Amino acid sequence: MSTVSDSIFTPATAARFDQLVTLYPVKRSALVPMLLYAQDELGYVSDAVVTELAQRLDLLELDVRGVLSYYSMLRTVPAGKFNIQVCTNISCMLVGGYEILDHCKAKLGIGHKQVTADGQFSLEEVECIGACCWAPAMQVNYDFHDNLTTIKVDSILADYAAGRGKDVH
Amino acid sequence: MPQLVSHPDEVRVLSRRFGQGAAALDKYLELDGYKAAQLAIEKGPDWVIAEMKASGLRGRGGAGFPTGLKWSFVPKTSDKPKYVLVNGDESEPGTCKDHVIFLQDPHAIIEGAMIAGLAIGAKMGFIYLRGEYRYLLKIIEQAVADCYAKGILGKNIFGRDGVDFDIVTQTGAGAYEVGEESALMESLEGKRGIPRIKPPFPAVVGLYGGPTVINNVETIAASPHILLMGGEAYAKLGSERNGGTRLFSISGHVERPGVYELPMGYSLRKAIYDVAGGIKGGRKLKAVVPGGSSCPVLTADEIDVGLDFDQMSKAGTMLGSGGIVVLDETVSIVEFALRTIKFYQHESCGWCIPCREGTDWLKKTLTRFYNGGGNLKDINNIQYLAENMLGRTFCPLGDAAAMPTIAFVKKFRHEFEEYLAGQRTEKNFITTEELVGASH
Repeated sequence: MSTVSDSIFTPATAARFDQLVTLYPVKRSALVPMLLYAQDELGYVSDAVVTELAQRLDLLELDVRGVLSYYSMLRTVPAGKFNIQVCTNISCMLVGGYEILDHCKAKLGIGHKQVTADGQFSLEEVECIGACCWAPAMQVNYDFHDNLTTIKVDSILADYAAGRGKDVH
Repeated sequence: MPQLVSHPDEVRVLSRRFGQGAAALDKYLELDGYKAAQLAIEKGPDWVIAEMKASGLRGRGGAGFPTGLKWSFVPKTSDKPKYVLVNGDESEPGTCKDHVIFLQDPHAIIEGAMIAGLAIGAKMGFIYLRGEYRYLLKIIEQAVADCYAKGILGKNIFGRDGVDFDIVTQTGAGAYEVGEESALMESLEGKRGIPRIKPPFPAVVGLYGGPTVINNVETIAASPHILLMGGEAYAKLGSERNGGTRLFSISGHVERPGVYELPMGYSLRKAIYDVAGGIKGGRKLKAVVPGGSSCPVLTADEIDVGLDFDQMSKAGTMLGSGGIVVLDETVSIVEFALRTIKFYQHESCGWCIPCREGTDWLKKTLTRFYNGGGNLKDINNIQYLAENMLGRTFCPLGDAAAMPTIAFVKKFRHEFEEYLAGQRTEKNFITTEELVGASH
């Protein structure tokens, strides 16, 4: 195991990463989860994350970047505190997914993959999130919200803005 | 939180414990949990594989390969460790059944993985969930931790000497392609999710080069039920060569969308009109995508068909992952086809040229067509392009993009022509570059 003396992560996350690499026959297997958990903590995958993960897994930074660029949830620029991901794939589209997306765009004044000026919200149009039978659906960070209407979206956004969202504890 | 639904025609095997709090280990044990795994230990691998073969269970991820046969392909002895890999990268548009299993009955997945491990001689299993399913990852992680605490996972499970089984849960980070079995193994090895060439098949050379059984969540979760009720009894619930029941995700323009457990071979018409309550608002049915977005569309006249792998194949489509998407008369097939191909273009991993370029050009052409810059030749070109992708890629994503596209054009050609006719006068002067550029 690579010992990282000056980790950029909180002690809890660093300890979790130390443990994660021991779970697999090959420690590189921890890379995809580590990238996601690093992003959870720092908001995005920064150059410093790439450097540290490469060090932890005995990989070239190039290897880490190659994996990083493949997965659609991983980003190299910060998102908003609350990342709104609206599904517009077929099942959602049929029951108003695009109306929900357009409503979010108008309400937040931002487009796809943009962040509000105060950094509170960002918006993404995403592919199927596996909530087809409860469409239209979206995720705010990792929270699912389903059977959406524009009115419901308003109250969900207001809840997050006021610190009362599902993910806010 | 996904709502549970029910209908009298349902046959509850896999969903038997739904809504009863079976995510808690004590509750799961109370509801016959981990009895099948202990039975498997007592009776041995040959018995397990024989029961699985007798059950007629076929892969619920979409390919429909007989599960017992798949397990029997794993060599008895191997220099490298063997593995069980549970595919919970559920990403096929229209499909949300694994979501419900993870939420309602996570221990069935663990027990199923254990049974597969006992059958093939693997001591380690991985449960891979798509990255978006974080709340479900927490549920399955808790379930795994509870099992370790009770000696149900780890060394000498159920107090039996020498019977070991470990489970590691793993999150993805957003990629449809990773649902393909060899791409999933790449992802689990910490790489980009690109497919491997076959053969060798995973049963011989899989994860970390060891023999690997990889099954969909629903397939794995069915195995404890099969061992408890007996393979033959399970097979009898379904239709010929299509054993048992399966979870169908019915979505789109129906009155009661939801995940229903129906016997294999159940009528598609009844699934739409009885089980899911018919078309929303009493409107007319236009089309059905019967098994997730990669399955060729059926017209309203083609729904008198049984929901099993063979009958769907005879009807020129596929049962796929069981995601039934219902389209009413108001849907524009041109727009629907565009949205479908947009997805596959986004998700193509780029490894094979026919898929990478094919999906991109299909999206470009359909976008231009949709935005008013189409011409008659495009309709043939779309079909020609899609037909030339078929069978020319490492993994089935190329086919998954091409097959529905071909069906949309072939079965709804009149809609493409009418779409064109309706737009001729207004938007004919916009250039292709403007249109394609404007859509990005």
